[in-house]
Amino acid sequence: MMLIKVEQLSYLQVLHDLSMQVEEGDWVTIIGKSGSGKSTLLKLIAGLISPTSGHIYYQGQDITDLDPIKLRQSVSYCYQQPVLFGETVADNLNFPFKIRHQQPQHDQLVASLQSVQLPAEFLTKKITELSGGEKQRVAMIRNLLFHPKVVLLDEVTAGLDEESKQAVHQFLVKAHQNGTTFIQVTHEIDEIANAEQKLVLENGGLHHEELSR
Amino acid sequence: MKNLAVSNWSLVLAFALVLVAVIVSTKEKLGLSKDIFIAVGRAIIQLIVVGFILKAIFKVNNVWLTIAMTMVIIFNASWNASKRDPNPRRHFWQSVVAEAIGTYLTLGTLIASGTIKLTPVQVIPITGMIAGNEMVAVGLCYKALYEGFHDQRQQVLEKLALGANRQQASHSLMRRAIKTGMQPTIDSIKTVGLVNLPGMMSGLIFAGVDPVYAIRYQIMVSFMLLSASSLGAVIACYLSYRNYFNDRLQLLVD
Repeated sequence: MMLIKVEQLSYLQVLHDLSMQVEEGDWVTIIGKSGSGKSTLLKLIAGLISPTSGHIYYQGQDITDLDPIKLRQSVSYCYQQPVLFGETVADNLNFPFKIRHQQPQHDQLVASLQSVQLPAEFLTKKITELSGGEKQRVAMIRNLLFHPKVVLLDEVTAGLDEESKQAVHQFLVKAHQNGTTFIQVTHEIDEIANAEQKLVLENGGLHHEELSR
Repeated sequence: MKNLAVSNWSLVLAFALVLVAVIVSTKEKLGLSKDIFIAVGRAIIQLIVVGFILKAIFKVNNVWLTIAMTMVIIFNASWNASKRDPNPRRHFWQSVVAEAIGTYLTLGTLIASGTIKLTPVQVIPITGMIAGNEMVAVGLCYKALYEGFHDQRQQVLEKLALGANRQQASHSLMRRAIKTGMQPTIDSIKTVGLVNLPGMMSGLIFAGVDPVYAIRYQIMVSFMLLSASSLGAVIACYLSYRNYFNDRLQLLVD
Protein backbone atom coordinates (compact mmCIF):
# COMPACT_ATOMS: atom_id res chain seq x y z
CA MET A 1 0.00 0.00 0.00
CA MET A 2 1.24 3.46 -0.93
CA LEU A 3 1.84 5.44 2.25
CA ILE A 4 3.62 8.60 1.11
CA LYS A 5 3.50 10.13 -2.32
CA VAL A 6 5.37 13.31 -3.16
CA GLU A 7 4.43 15.05 -6.39
CA GLN A 8 6.43 17.78 -8.14
CA LEU A 9 7.47 19.27 -4.85
CA SER A 10 9.39 22.55 -4.80
CA TYR A 11 10.66 24.49 -1.82
CA LEU A 12 12.29 27.89 -2.28
CA GLN A 13 15.67 27.44 -4.00
CA VAL A 14 16.25 24.04 -2.34
CA LEU A 15 13.95 21.47 -3.95
CA HIS A 16 12.69 21.50 -7.54
CA ASP A 17 9.87 19.34 -8.90
CA LEU A 18 10.80 16.47 -6.63
CA SER A 19 8.65 13.31 -6.76
CA MET A 20 8.86 10.08 -4.78
CA GLN A 21 6.71 7.26 -3.47
CA VAL A 22 7.06 5.24 -0.30
CA GLU A 23 5.23 1.97 0.24
CA GLU A 24 4.12 0.67 3.63
CA GLY A 25 6.99 -1.16 5.33
CA ASP A 26 9.69 0.46 3.19
CA TRP A 27 12.97 1.73 4.60
CA VAL A 28 14.12 4.47 2.30
CA THR A 29 17.56 6.00 2.74
CA ILE A 30 18.19 9.43 1.26
CA ILE A 31 21.74 10.57 0.78
CA GLY A 32 23.17 13.79 -0.57
CA LYS A 33 25.57 16.60 0.15
CA SER A 34 25.05 19.00 3.05
CA GLY A 35 22.57 21.67 2.08
CA SER A 36 21.03 19.55 -0.66
CA GLY A 37 17.64 19.74 1.08
CA LYS A 38 17.41 16.31 2.76
CA SER A 39 16.19 17.68 6.11
CA THR A 40 13.89 20.10 4.31
CA LEU A 41 12.25 17.20 2.46
CA LEU A 42 11.59 15.34 5.74
CA LYS A 43 10.19 18.48 7.40
CA LEU A 44 7.88 19.02 4.43
CA ILE A 45 6.60 15.43 4.69
CA ALA A 46 5.90 15.95 8.43
CA GLY A 47 4.04 19.18 7.62
CA LEU A 48 6.42 21.22 9.77
CA ILE A 49 6.94 23.55 6.81
CA SER A 50 4.86 24.06 3.67
CA PRO A 51 6.11 23.63 0.10
CA THR A 52 6.32 26.49 -2.37
CA SER A 53 4.48 24.26 -4.85
CA GLY A 54 3.59 20.60 -5.34
CA HIS A 55 1.74 18.07 -3.21
CA ILE A 56 2.42 15.51 -0.51
CA TYR A 57 -0.08 12.70 0.01
CA TYR A 58 -0.34 10.51 3.09
CA GLN A 59 -2.46 7.38 2.60
CA GLY A 60 -3.87 8.98 -0.54
CA GLN A 61 -4.92 12.27 1.09
CA ASP A 62 -3.24 15.59 0.46
CA ILE A 63 -1.61 16.49 3.80
CA THR A 64 -2.98 20.04 3.57
CA ASP A 65 -6.45 18.46 3.99
CA LEU A 66 -5.33 16.53 7.08
CA ASP A 67 -5.31 17.76 10.67
CA PRO A 68 -1.60 18.58 11.26
CA ILE A 69 -1.76 17.08 14.76
CA LYS A 70 -3.04 13.73 13.49
CA LEU A 71 -0.56 13.79 10.62
CA ARG A 72 2.42 14.36 12.93
CA GLN A 73 1.27 11.65 15.33
CA SER A 74 1.33 9.24 12.36
CA VAL A 75 4.33 10.66 10.51
CA SER A 76 6.92 11.38 13.16
CA TYR A 77 9.96 13.56 12.48
CA CYS A 78 13.07 12.82 14.58
CA TYR A 79 15.69 15.55 14.96
CA GLN A 80 19.42 15.07 14.56
CA GLN A 81 20.16 16.78 17.86
CA PRO A 82 17.01 16.41 19.89
CA VAL A 83 16.18 18.74 22.75
CA LEU A 84 14.75 17.12 25.85
CA PHE A 85 12.37 19.22 27.90
CA GLY A 86 11.17 19.40 31.49
CA GLU A 87 13.50 18.14 34.17
CA THR A 88 13.66 14.38 34.02
CA VAL A 89 13.58 11.62 31.43
CA ALA A 90 10.07 10.77 32.68
CA ASP A 91 8.86 14.28 31.74
CA ASN A 92 9.83 13.52 28.15
CA LEU A 93 8.28 10.08 28.02
CA ASN A 94 5.09 11.37 29.65
CA PHE A 95 4.67 14.10 27.03
CA PRO A 96 3.31 11.87 24.22
CA PHE A 97 0.72 10.55 26.72
CA LYS A 98 -0.13 14.04 27.93
CA ILE A 99 -0.89 15.36 24.46
CA ARG A 100 -3.21 12.37 23.92
CA HIS A 101 -4.85 12.91 27.32
CA GLN A 102 -3.69 9.50 28.54
CA GLN A 103 -2.00 8.32 31.71
CA PRO A 104 1.38 6.61 31.21
CA GLN A 105 1.92 3.19 32.80
CA HIS A 106 5.17 2.90 34.72
CA ASP A 107 5.88 -0.60 33.35
CA GLN A 108 5.40 0.59 29.80
CA LEU A 109 7.89 3.42 30.29
CA VAL A 110 10.45 1.08 31.85
CA ALA A 111 10.02 -1.39 28.98
CA SER A 112 10.51 1.42 26.47
CA LEU A 113 13.74 2.47 28.18
CA GLN A 114 14.96 -1.12 28.10
CA SER A 115 14.21 -1.29 24.38
CA VAL A 116 17.05 1.20 23.86
CA GLN A 117 19.18 -0.49 26.50
CA LEU A 118 18.68 2.07 29.24
CA PRO A 119 17.96 0.92 32.82
CA ALA A 120 14.72 1.67 34.68
CA GLU A 121 16.51 4.16 36.97
CA PHE A 122 16.80 6.48 33.98
CA LEU A 123 13.16 7.47 34.41
CA THR A 124 14.04 9.77 37.29
CA LYS A 125 17.36 10.88 35.86
CA LYS A 126 17.82 14.61 35.21
CA ILE A 127 18.06 15.44 31.52
CA THR A 128 21.10 17.63 32.21
CA GLU A 129 22.98 14.50 33.33
CA LEU A 130 22.52 12.63 30.04
CA SER A 131 25.15 12.20 27.33
CA GLY A 132 24.33 13.05 23.71
CA GLY A 133 23.79 9.37 22.92
CA GLU A 134 21.47 8.84 25.89
CA LYS A 135 19.48 11.93 24.93
CA GLN A 136 18.98 10.60 21.41
CA ARG A 137 17.87 7.21 22.78
CA VAL A 138 15.29 8.90 25.01
CA ALA A 139 14.16 11.08 22.10
CA MET A 140 13.77 8.00 19.89
CA ILE A 141 11.44 6.26 22.31
CA ARG A 142 9.59 9.55 22.85
CA ASN A 143 8.91 9.63 19.09
CA LEU A 144 8.03 5.94 18.74
CA LEU A 145 6.01 5.31 21.96
CA PHE A 146 2.71 5.41 20.09
CA HIS A 147 3.96 3.52 17.03
CA PRO A 148 3.68 6.11 14.27
CA LYS A 149 3.20 4.56 10.83
CA VAL A 150 6.05 6.53 9.28
CA VAL A 151 9.21 7.67 11.04
CA LEU A 152 11.41 10.35 9.46
CA LEU A 153 14.98 10.04 10.70
CA ASP A 154 17.14 13.11 10.20
CA GLU A 155 20.69 11.86 10.71
CA VAL A 156 19.70 10.56 14.12
CA THR A 157 22.87 8.54 14.69
CA ALA A 158 25.31 11.24 13.54
CA GLY A 159 27.95 11.94 16.15
CA LEU A 160 26.73 9.28 18.62
CA ASP A 161 29.00 6.94 20.53
CA GLU A 162 29.16 3.37 19.25
CA GLU A 163 27.00 1.94 22.06
CA SER A 164 24.20 4.45 21.49
CA LYS A 165 24.41 4.01 17.74
CA GLN A 166 23.95 0.25 18.14
CA ALA A 167 21.10 0.69 20.63
CA VAL A 168 19.26 3.10 18.32
CA HIS A 169 19.88 0.90 15.31
CA GLN A 170 18.53 -2.24 16.99
CA PHE A 171 15.51 -0.33 18.27
CA LEU A 172 14.73 0.95 14.77
CA VAL A 173 15.24 -2.43 13.11
CA LYS A 174 12.79 -3.97 15.58
CA ALA A 175 10.23 -1.26 14.87
CA HIS A 176 10.73 -1.86 11.14
CA GLN A 177 10.13 -5.58 11.63
CA ASN A 178 6.88 -4.66 13.35
CA GLY A 179 5.79 -2.75 10.28
CA THR A 180 7.02 0.83 10.79
CA THR A 181 7.99 2.61 7.58
CA PHE A 182 11.21 4.63 7.67
CA ILE A 183 12.53 7.48 5.58
CA GLN A 184 16.04 8.15 6.66
CA VAL A 185 18.59 10.83 5.89
CA THR A 186 22.14 9.87 6.67
CA HIS A 187 25.83 10.37 6.06
CA GLU A 188 26.85 7.22 7.94
CA ILE A 189 28.79 4.83 5.70
CA ASP A 190 27.35 1.66 7.39
CA GLU A 191 23.79 2.86 7.09
CA ILE A 192 24.29 3.73 3.43
CA ALA A 193 25.90 0.36 2.72
CA ASN A 194 23.03 -1.53 4.37
CA ALA A 195 20.25 0.60 2.87
CA GLU A 196 17.34 -1.27 1.35
CA GLN A 197 16.35 1.56 -0.99
CA LYS A 198 18.77 4.32 -1.69
CA LEU A 199 17.82 7.67 -3.17
CA VAL A 200 20.26 10.44 -3.95
CA LEU A 201 19.17 14.04 -3.52
CA GLU A 202 21.03 16.23 -5.96
CA ASN A 203 20.29 19.62 -7.53
CA GLY A 204 16.92 19.71 -5.80
CA GLY A 205 15.70 16.39 -7.23
CA LEU A 206 15.82 12.70 -6.28
CA HIS A 207 17.16 9.81 -8.29
CA HIS A 208 17.63 6.11 -7.53
CA GLU A 209 21.17 5.01 -7.03
CA GLU A 210 20.42 1.33 -6.79
CA LEU A 211 17.57 -0.91 -5.74
CA SER A 212 18.82 -3.80 -3.71
CA ARG A 213 15.39 -5.14 -2.77
CA MET B 1 -4.96 70.74 52.39
CA LYS B 2 -2.68 73.27 54.05
CA ASN B 3 0.23 70.81 53.75
CA LEU B 4 0.01 70.92 49.97
CA ALA B 5 1.87 73.99 48.84
CA VAL B 6 3.25 73.40 45.37
CA SER B 7 3.11 76.87 43.89
CA ASN B 8 4.15 77.63 40.32
CA TRP B 9 7.29 79.26 41.73
CA SER B 10 8.27 76.13 43.69
CA LEU B 11 7.76 74.08 40.51
CA VAL B 12 10.20 76.35 38.68
CA LEU B 13 12.72 75.83 41.47
CA ALA B 14 12.12 72.07 41.40
CA PHE B 15 13.01 72.21 37.71
CA ALA B 16 16.61 72.46 38.93
CA LEU B 17 16.32 68.73 39.63
CA VAL B 18 15.79 68.13 35.89
CA LEU B 19 18.97 70.11 35.24
CA VAL B 20 20.86 67.69 37.52
CA ALA B 21 19.83 64.84 35.20
CA VAL B 22 20.84 66.90 32.15
CA ILE B 23 24.26 67.70 33.68
CA VAL B 24 24.85 64.00 34.39
CA SER B 25 23.86 63.14 30.82
CA THR B 26 26.15 65.81 29.34
CA LYS B 27 29.14 65.02 31.56
CA GLU B 28 28.90 61.29 30.98
CA LYS B 29 28.12 61.80 27.26
CA LEU B 30 24.96 59.68 27.57
CA GLY B 31 23.21 61.59 24.80
CA LEU B 32 20.02 61.68 26.84
CA SER B 33 19.65 65.47 27.24
CA LYS B 34 17.25 65.81 24.30
CA ASP B 35 15.20 62.85 25.54
CA ILE B 36 15.03 64.32 29.04
CA PHE B 37 13.73 67.68 27.76
CA ILE B 38 11.19 65.95 25.50
CA ALA B 39 10.05 63.69 28.38
CA VAL B 40 9.71 66.63 30.78
CA GLY B 41 7.95 68.73 28.13
CA ARG B 42 5.50 65.95 27.37
CA ALA B 43 4.85 65.26 31.05
CA ILE B 44 4.07 68.94 31.70
CA ILE B 45 1.74 69.30 28.70
CA GLN B 46 0.00 65.94 29.28
CA LEU B 47 -0.54 66.66 32.97
CA ILE B 48 -1.85 70.19 32.34
CA VAL B 49 -4.35 68.84 29.78
CA VAL B 50 -5.36 65.94 32.05
CA GLY B 51 -5.65 68.31 35.01
CA PHE B 52 -8.18 70.48 33.18
CA ILE B 53 -10.07 67.49 31.74
CA LEU B 54 -10.35 65.86 35.17
CA LYS B 55 -11.50 69.11 36.72
CA ALA B 56 -14.26 69.34 34.10
CA ILE B 57 -15.29 65.68 34.45
CA PHE B 58 -15.36 65.86 38.25
CA LYS B 59 -17.56 68.94 37.98
CA VAL B 60 -20.04 67.32 35.55
CA ASN B 61 -20.08 64.10 37.63
CA ASN B 62 -21.80 61.98 34.96
CA VAL B 63 -21.63 58.16 35.00
CA TRP B 64 -21.38 57.82 31.20
CA LEU B 65 -18.66 60.41 30.95
CA THR B 66 -16.76 58.59 33.71
CA ILE B 67 -17.06 55.29 31.85
CA ALA B 68 -15.95 56.98 28.62
CA MET B 69 -12.87 58.29 30.45
CA THR B 70 -12.02 54.77 31.70
CA MET B 71 -12.27 53.57 28.10
CA VAL B 72 -9.79 56.23 27.00
CA ILE B 73 -7.40 55.13 29.77
CA ILE B 74 -7.75 51.46 28.74
CA PHE B 75 -7.21 52.31 25.07
CA ASN B 76 -3.99 54.19 25.86
CA ALA B 77 -2.72 51.46 28.18
CA SER B 78 -3.47 48.82 25.51
CA TRP B 79 -1.71 50.86 22.85
CA ASN B 80 1.43 51.10 24.96
CA ALA B 81 1.32 47.44 26.04
CA SER B 82 0.90 46.33 22.43
CA LYS B 83 3.86 48.47 21.34
CA ARG B 84 6.04 46.52 23.77
CA ASP B 85 5.29 43.23 21.98
CA PRO B 86 8.32 42.54 19.76
CA ASN B 87 6.34 40.04 17.67
CA PRO B 88 5.60 41.63 14.25
CA ARG B 89 2.42 39.50 14.09
CA ARG B 90 0.93 41.09 17.21
CA HIS B 91 -2.70 42.18 17.29
CA PHE B 92 -3.76 45.37 19.05
CA TRP B 93 -7.21 44.00 19.88
CA GLN B 94 -5.63 41.31 22.08
CA SER B 95 -4.13 43.99 24.33
CA VAL B 96 -7.47 45.81 24.46
CA VAL B 97 -9.27 42.62 25.52
CA ALA B 98 -6.64 41.84 28.19
CA GLU B 99 -6.61 45.41 29.55
CA ALA B 100 -10.39 45.81 29.46
CA ILE B 101 -11.21 42.51 31.19
CA GLY B 102 -8.48 42.94 33.81
CA THR B 103 -9.42 46.54 34.57
CA TYR B 104 -13.21 46.25 34.51
CA LEU B 105 -13.32 43.00 36.54
CA THR B 106 -11.09 44.53 39.20
CA LEU B 107 -12.93 47.86 39.14
CA GLY B 108 -16.30 46.08 39.18
CA THR B 109 -15.31 44.07 42.25
CA LEU B 110 -14.17 47.22 44.06
CA ILE B 111 -17.43 49.03 43.25
CA ALA B 112 -19.64 46.01 44.00
CA SER B 113 -17.95 45.48 47.36
CA GLY B 114 -18.47 49.14 48.23
CA THR B 115 -14.73 49.78 48.51
CA ILE B 116 -15.04 52.66 46.08
CA LYS B 117 -18.02 54.55 44.68
CA LEU B 118 -18.99 55.03 41.07
CA THR B 119 -17.97 58.67 41.06
CA PRO B 120 -15.37 60.16 38.72
CA VAL B 121 -13.23 61.35 41.65
CA GLN B 122 -12.73 57.75 42.76
CA VAL B 123 -13.15 55.69 39.58
CA ILE B 124 -10.83 57.61 37.26
CA PRO B 125 -7.67 57.65 39.43
CA ILE B 126 -8.21 54.00 40.40
CA THR B 127 -8.70 53.00 36.74
CA GLY B 128 -5.44 54.75 35.89
CA MET B 129 -3.60 52.83 38.59
CA ILE B 130 -5.08 49.48 37.57
CA ALA B 131 -4.62 49.95 33.81
CA GLY B 132 -1.10 51.35 34.23
CA ASN B 133 0.04 48.45 36.35
CA GLU B 134 -1.61 46.00 33.99
CA MET B 135 0.09 47.69 31.04
CA VAL B 136 3.50 46.95 32.55
CA ALA B 137 2.52 43.33 33.33
CA VAL B 138 1.15 42.73 29.82
CA GLY B 139 4.17 44.37 28.17
CA LEU B 140 6.60 42.23 30.19
CA CYS B 141 4.56 39.14 29.41
CA TYR B 142 4.73 39.84 25.64
CA LYS B 143 8.47 40.37 25.82
CA ALA B 144 9.06 37.18 27.83
CA LEU B 145 6.88 35.18 25.43
CA TYR B 146 8.82 36.50 22.43
CA GLU B 147 12.14 35.66 24.08
CA GLY B 148 10.83 32.23 25.05
CA PHE B 149 9.80 31.40 21.49
CA HIS B 150 13.23 32.45 20.24
CA ASP B 151 15.38 30.88 22.96
CA GLN B 152 13.38 27.67 23.09
CA ARG B 153 12.39 27.44 19.45
CA GLN B 154 13.80 23.92 19.11
CA GLN B 155 11.78 22.65 22.06
CA VAL B 156 8.57 24.04 20.57
CA LEU B 157 9.41 22.51 17.19
CA GLU B 158 10.00 19.09 18.75
CA LYS B 159 6.73 19.22 20.61
CA LEU B 160 4.93 20.12 17.39
CA ALA B 161 6.70 17.25 15.61
CA LEU B 162 5.43 14.89 18.33
CA GLY B 163 1.89 15.96 17.48
CA ALA B 164 1.25 18.58 20.16
CA ASN B 165 -1.27 21.35 19.56
CA ARG B 166 -0.27 25.01 19.80
CA GLN B 167 -1.00 25.30 23.48
CA GLN B 168 0.71 22.04 24.45
CA ALA B 169 3.78 23.11 22.47
CA SER B 170 3.94 26.55 24.12
CA HIS B 171 2.67 25.86 27.62
CA SER B 172 6.00 25.98 29.45
CA LEU B 173 6.89 29.29 27.74
CA MET B 174 3.49 30.74 28.55
CA ARG B 175 3.81 29.86 32.22
CA ARG B 176 7.17 31.59 32.38
CA ALA B 177 5.86 34.66 30.53
CA ILE B 178 2.87 35.03 32.87
CA LYS B 179 5.19 34.72 35.85
CA THR B 180 7.51 37.39 34.41
CA GLY B 181 4.53 39.70 33.90
CA MET B 182 3.28 39.30 37.47
CA GLN B 183 6.63 39.32 39.27
CA PRO B 184 7.18 43.12 39.58
CA THR B 185 3.74 43.58 41.14
CA ILE B 186 4.35 40.78 43.64
CA ASP B 187 7.82 42.15 44.45
CA SER B 188 6.54 45.68 45.01
CA ILE B 189 3.71 44.38 47.22
CA LYS B 190 6.22 42.38 49.26
CA THR B 191 8.28 45.46 50.05
CA VAL B 192 5.41 47.90 50.37
CA GLY B 193 5.94 50.19 53.35
CA LEU B 194 9.47 48.85 53.88
CA VAL B 195 11.12 50.24 50.76
CA ASN B 196 8.56 52.52 49.23
CA LEU B 197 5.49 54.33 50.44
CA PRO B 198 3.31 53.95 47.38
CA GLY B 199 1.53 56.78 45.57
CA MET B 200 -1.93 56.23 46.96
CA MET B 201 -0.78 56.09 50.58
CA SER B 202 1.72 58.94 50.15
CA GLY B 203 -1.00 61.05 48.57
CA LEU B 204 -3.37 60.50 51.47
CA ILE B 205 -0.65 61.20 54.05
CA PHE B 206 0.31 64.37 52.13
CA ALA B 207 -3.32 65.43 52.25
CA GLY B 208 -3.24 65.09 56.02
CA VAL B 209 -5.02 61.72 56.40
CA ASP B 210 -4.08 59.57 59.40
CA PRO B 211 -1.47 57.00 58.19
CA VAL B 212 -3.35 54.21 59.98
CA TYR B 213 -6.37 55.09 57.85
CA ALA B 214 -4.26 55.52 54.71
CA ILE B 215 -2.93 51.95 54.90
CA ARG B 216 -6.42 50.59 54.36
CA TYR B 217 -6.44 52.19 50.95
CA GLN B 218 -2.99 50.88 50.26
CA ILE B 219 -4.05 47.34 51.15
CA MET B 220 -6.95 47.72 48.71
CA VAL B 221 -4.52 48.99 46.06
CA SER B 222 -2.26 45.96 46.61
CA PHE B 223 -5.19 43.60 46.12
CA MET B 224 -6.42 45.31 43.00
CA LEU B 225 -2.99 45.57 41.38
CA LEU B 226 -2.37 41.89 41.99
CA SER B 227 -5.71 40.97 40.48
CA ALA B 228 -5.28 43.26 37.47
CA SER B 229 -1.71 42.23 36.67
CA SER B 230 -2.50 38.52 36.89
CA LEU B 231 -5.66 38.82 34.81
CA GLY B 232 -3.94 41.01 32.24
CA ALA B 233 -0.88 38.76 31.94
CA VAL B 234 -2.91 35.54 31.69
CA ILE B 235 -5.37 36.89 29.12
CA ALA B 236 -2.69 38.60 27.01
CA CYS B 237 -0.56 35.46 27.04
CA TYR B 238 -3.40 33.08 26.14
CA LEU B 239 -4.43 35.35 23.26
CA SER B 240 -1.00 36.22 21.90
CA TYR B 241 0.81 32.86 21.88
CA ARG B 242 -1.31 31.94 18.87
CA ASN B 243 0.36 34.73 16.88
CA TYR B 244 3.49 32.58 16.73
CA PHE B 245 1.82 29.84 14.66
CA ASN B 246 0.02 29.64 11.33
CA ASP B 247 -3.13 27.60 10.77
CA ARG B 248 -1.05 24.58 9.67
CA LEU B 249 0.45 24.62 13.19
CA GLN B 250 3.85 25.65 11.93
CA LEU B 251 6.04 27.85 14.10
CA LEU B 252 6.54 31.34 12.63
CA VAL B 253 9.85 32.02 14.36
CA ASP B 254 13.09 31.98 12.36
